[in-house]
Amino acid sequence: MIDRYQWYEVVALYAGIAVFLFFVLAPFIEGFLVSLKPLAQLFSTPYSFIPKNGSFDAYFNMWNSVPLLGLYIFNSFFISTIVTLIVVAVVVPAAYAFARFNFAGAGLLLGMFLAVNMFSGAVLLIPLFRLMRGLGLLNTYFAMIVPGAAFLIPSSIWLLRTYMLRIPRELDEAAWVDGASRLYTLRRVILPLAMPGIVVVAIMTFIGAYAQQFIFALTFNSKSEFMPLPVGLFAFFGKQEVQWNELMAASFVGILPVMVVIVFLQRYLVAGLTAGAVKQ
Amino acid sequence: MTSTRSATLFAFALLAPALIYISIIVAYPLFDTVVLSFTNAQLRPTYDWVGWANYQRIFGAGNFTEIIIRTLVWTFFSVSIKMIIGMCGAVLLNAAIPGQTVFRVLTMPPWIVPMAIGIYMWAWMYNGNFGMISGLLQNFGITNGPVAWLAYGHTAFWATIVTDVWIGVPMVTIYFLAAMQSIPKDLHEAAWTDGAGRLYRFRRITLPLMLPAIITMSLLSLIATFNSFDIIYILTNGGPSGQTTTMIIDTYKTAMGSRKYGEGAARAVVICIFVSIFCLVYFRAVRRLGQGEAK
Repeated sequence: MIDRYQWYEVVALYAGIAVFLFFVLAPFIEGFLVSLKPLAQLFSTPYSFIPKNGSFDAYFNMWNSVPLLGLYIFNSFFISTIVTLIVVAVVVPAAYAFARFNFAGAGLLLGMFLAVNMFSGAVLLIPLFRLMRGLGLLNTYFAMIVPGAAFLIPSSIWLLRTYMLRIPRELDEAAWVDGASRLYTLRRVILPLAMPGIVVVAIMTFIGAYAQQFIFALTFNSKSEFMPLPVGLFAFFGKQEVQWNELMAASFVGILPVMVVIVFLQRYLVAGLTAGAVKQ
Repeated sequence: MTSTRSATLFAFALLAPALIYISIIVAYPLFDTVVLSFTNAQLRPTYDWVGWANYQRIFGAGNFTEIIIRTLVWTFFSVSIKMIIGMCGAVLLNAAIPGQTVFRVLTMPPWIVPMAIGIYMWAWMYNGNFGMISGLLQNFGITNGPVAWLAYGHTAFWATIVTDVWIGVPMVTIYFLAAMQSIPKDLHEAAWTDGAGRLYRFRRITLPLMLPAIITMSLLSLIATFNSFDIIYILTNGGPSGQTTTMIIDTYKTAMGSRKYGEGAARAVVICIFVSIFCLVYFRAVRRLGQGEAK
């Protein structure tokens, strides 16, 4: 670095980061502490930040309060996984087409995909509901998977295209000269090289699919056996009072699959995001 | 390349799955929304063409203009605050101090965690009697009694904005951080040799060079925030007495709550018009910025 920080600058930086991270993490800290408190303590005054006689009881009791909880978590995980598989399968060839072929209308199509990104599922809910009903998909996994994947495809095409543009074109051409077919080139030359980019797209899609499950599940599914966690958590809102400690415990357990994915693939993610972002 | 025609065919074959998928799940519904907005469709299968009646009704009702204005105000504040906090976060995380990597990772949770789950946590934080915000304010003697943030229109309005900012900040921070790091180091070094202080360099080097990133992120964030549904639905469901009802919530309630598909579709069309305007601005900005870089 060019100029060193003065000691008071270092103090200010750490103080700033502390405030910033507190804002970012406060709901998680509070949520975790709530999950440790007995329900009676939650509804007593004065408010105490730190739990007294904290225990992990809620993490055990929640399975009895909401018997289908395990299924909700599985459903969320399952829906996200299928969405990710669909998106990757559709996006890889499309991104390659945009990265390598200068066909007529390529720019226009690319722009159209970008525009799709701007319309949220919430705006198109009425016709989507009619469509899902018409196809007989209401109250099935598909009602959440099919529209879910659609809204994640465009941004993934853009991200992967950017990545593929950086793979030297000469590699494809050399393979063609050697007599390889186009499909063979894509499979044997480009796919292995694009793998890190594809991994980033897959993680982003997984996170996105997990995150967007609320509105489609709320509208297109009323069967608890297919319900994903975000809507399934409504089960903790009892008739009398909300079982907040168990709700928070269930939230943390539900986050776990995503967290595991992130922790393991964090380095790819940051690298991929940075590359995509700077390129834009 | 060999024969152009076969190359084009191959490209379209690769694109076909994506094109077909998006046509059925996004393009057709978009078209259907416009068609439905001119009908009196409700729960029953048959419906009639009613022309502009839906539009006349929603604009005649009086509170629709109010909802549009509220949505724009909500979006404006949410996006501006996100940009400011995101920029502060990027500056802080860019500083070369021990712990940098850990801090960067700790920024991500609100973005990674399923949105609805983060919102449930905020719902508890805002709880008037026992939530953290009200609780701590009382414990430190800042407020006398409990503050039920979600029970009054104006506090609920800001509460939903704070939660939206919280969800959006990590993305903005990471994006700005990436943009900040792509600025050539020698620019800062040259300015430093000339005796330019840190603040001056931020204002005259970092900020101008980050302008494209700031504009891009603002517009993307604008569109995402404008379309935001989960936060308001879970925290307030548009209440109290409609004071956090935005256009999306209003459309959802009309269409899915009251099953007035035609009227709901007319509202959705108005949203689409707004989104299209944002899109146009976005595309123009991207083109402008692209040309600027080429020079």
